[in-house]
Amino acid sequence: MSYDGWILLTASLVGLTCGLVGTLLILRRMAMMADAISHTVLLGIVIAYLVTRELTGLHMLVGAAAAGLLTAVLVQWLHARGVRQEASIGIVFTTLFAIGVVLIATRVGNAHLDVQHALMGEITFIPWETTRVPGLGEIPEAVLVLLAVLAVVGGLIFAFYKEWKITSFDPALAAALGIPVAFLHYLFMGMVSVTAVAAFDAVGAIMVIAMLITPAAAAYLWTDRLSVMLLLSGLFGVLSAFAGYAAAWLLDTSISGSMAFATGVLFLISFLGSPRHGLAARRLRARAAARPSAGG
Amino acid sequence: MIGLSHNALWVLVSMLMLGTAAGLVGCFAYWKRQSLMSDALAHAALPGVVIGYAILGFKSLPVMLLGAAASALAGALAVSWIRSSSRVKEDTAMGIILSVFFGLGIMLLAIVNRMPGGGQSGLNSFIFGQAAAMVRQDMRLMAAVAAVVLLVVLASFKEWKLYLFDPAFARGLGLSGRLMEAAWLALLVVVIVIGIQAVGVILMAALLIIPAVSARYWTNGFGRMLALAALFGGGAGVAGTCVSTLGDGWPTGPFIVIAAAGIFLLSLVFGARKGLLVRAMQRRAQVRSLQARTIRREGEALP
Repeated sequence: MSYDGWILLTASLVGLTCGLVGTLLILRRMAMMADAISHTVLLGIVIAYLVTRELTGLHMLVGAAAAGLLTAVLVQWLHARGVRQEASIGIVFTTLFAIGVVLIATRVGNAHLDVQHALMGEITFIPWETTRVPGLGEIPEAVLVLLAVLAVVGGLIFAFYKEWKITSFDPALAAALGIPVAFLHYLFMGMVSVTAVAAFDAVGAIMVIAMLITPAAAAYLWTDRLSVMLLLSGLFGVLSAFAGYAAAWLLDTSISGSMAFATGVLFLISFLGSPRHGLAARRLRARAAARPSAGG
Repeated sequence: MIGLSHNALWVLVSMLMLGTAAGLVGCFAYWKRQSLMSDALAHAALPGVVIGYAILGFKSLPVMLLGAAASALAGALAVSWIRSSSRVKEDTAMGIILSVFFGLGIMLLAIVNRMPGGGQSGLNSFIFGQAAAMVRQDMRLMAAVAAVVLLVVLASFKEWKLYLFDPAFARGLGLSGRLMEAAWLALLVVVIVIGIQAVGVILMAALLIIPAVSARYWTNGFGRMLALAALFGGGAGVAGTCVSTLGDGWPTGPFIVIAAAGIFLLSLVFGARKGLLVRAMQRRAQVRSLQARTIRREGEALP
C-alpha cells in the first residue's frame, strides 16, 4: 500500500474507534472526562518509558490504561471528599499532565519523546515504523495496535450492548437489575484510555478529544437510536479523517490539527442542517407550529 | 535583592499579579460551576493568538492578546449557542469547542511557522507558557491588566457576592443579570488572555481552578476564600516561575501547576474547614463522646 494509503488507513481507524467510544462517552455525559484522560495518558506513556526505556506499543498501552484509570479513581476520590465533579476533573488532569510535561522537559529530554509529538502526534512517521506480519508483508505498528484496540473496544461494546445501553440511559434501573454499574464504569474508563493511547501516536493528546467527542455529538443530532448513532459516529470519524487529510495536503499544514478542525466542520453541518435535531429543522417546525392549521 | 536581575524581578512581580488575579476570578468560576469552561476558553484562545501574529507579520503582544480575547469570546458564544439551540449538553459543547478551536490553532500555527521569520516568532511558547520569553513591556502590560482585574473585583465585591449566591435577590435589587453575566465573561477572558503567554493555553485553567478549590478547605467566608485563593495563586505563580528558571528552556506552565497542586494537597490534608486531618479528628472526638455517654448510661442503669 502507498504512503498516503497507510496514513489514511491509520486515521480512519482512529476515527472509527474514537467514534464508537465517543458515542457512549457523550451519552454517559462524560465528555470532560475524556478531555481529562486524553491529557493524563501522556503521564502514563512517560512513566512507561522511564521504567522500560522502550517505546513499543504494549508498554505504552499498559501505562496509558493505568494512567487513565488512576485519573478516574482520583476524580472519584476527590469528588467523594466534597470537591465538585468539574473542579476535581480540572485539578487531577492538569496536575498529572503537568507532571508528564515536566518529566519530558527535564529528564526524558532528548529521547524520542517530545512535547510537540505528544500534542500533535506524528502521523507522517507512522508508515515507516513497520513490522513484518506473515502473509501480509510489512505493516505499520500503529495500524496493528489500532486494529487490536478496535477489535477489543468494538467487541466489548457489541458483547455488552444491552448493559451499555441501560447503564448509559438509566443507571438507577441498571443498578436495580443487578448490573455491575461501577465495574462497567471503570471498564469504560479503561476503554477510553486504551483508545486515547492508540490514537495518541497518530493524532496527539488534544486531537484525540476532537475525535472522541465531536463526531459522536454530530451523530447525536441525526438519530435517536443507539445502534444508528454508533454507526454514524464511526462514519463521521472516518469522514473527518479523510477531509482533514485532504485539507492538510491542500494547505500544507498540520494533519492532526486539520482532522480536528474537520470534525468541527462536520458538527457545524449537522448542527445547522440535520433533519431531526438541526437548527434549520427546528426553526421550520417552530414556524409550522405557530401557523394556524388549515383545518381550524 | 542579591542575584536577582531587574528583569527577573519584573517576571516575579507580574507572575504574582497574574496568580492573584487568577485566584480571585477562579473563585467566581468555582461558585458558578464553570471551572472547566475556563479550560475550554483557554484552549479556544490559541487561533486568535496566531491570527493576531499573522495579520501584523511580527510579534506584538497587545494585538495577539486582542486576537486571543476575540477567539476565546467566540468560543464562549459558540458553547452557549450549541447548548441553547440543540440537544447537545454543555460539557460536550465545551469539549467540541476546546478541541476544534485548538485544532484550528495548530493548523494556523503550522502555516505561520512556515512563513519567513515565523519559526522564530516564539508562538510555540503560548502552548506551555514561557515566562522567560517575555520582554519587559509584555510584563508591564500583564501586571497592569491584572491590577485592573484586582481593582474591579475589589470595587464590586458586594455585587459579585449577591450575584453568585442569590441571583434572584440580586435581580430584585435591580442588579442586571445580563450585565453581571457579561462582566463575568469579560473578567474570565481577560485573565485567561493575560495568562496564556506565561502559563500556556493548555494549563491556564489550572491557575483558575486549583487555588479556589484549595482556599475552600480553609474557610466558609466568601471574602476570606477570595483572599486565600489570591494568596495561593500568587504563591504558585511565583514558586513555579522560580523553579522553571533553574533549567534551560524549561516551560513555566507545568511548574506553576505543580506548585499549585502542592498547595492543594496541603489544604486537602491540613485544611481547617474540611481537611482530611480535621475530619478524622472530629470523627474520633465524636466516637469518644459517644462511647463516654453509653458507658455513663450503662453505669446509671446499674442498681
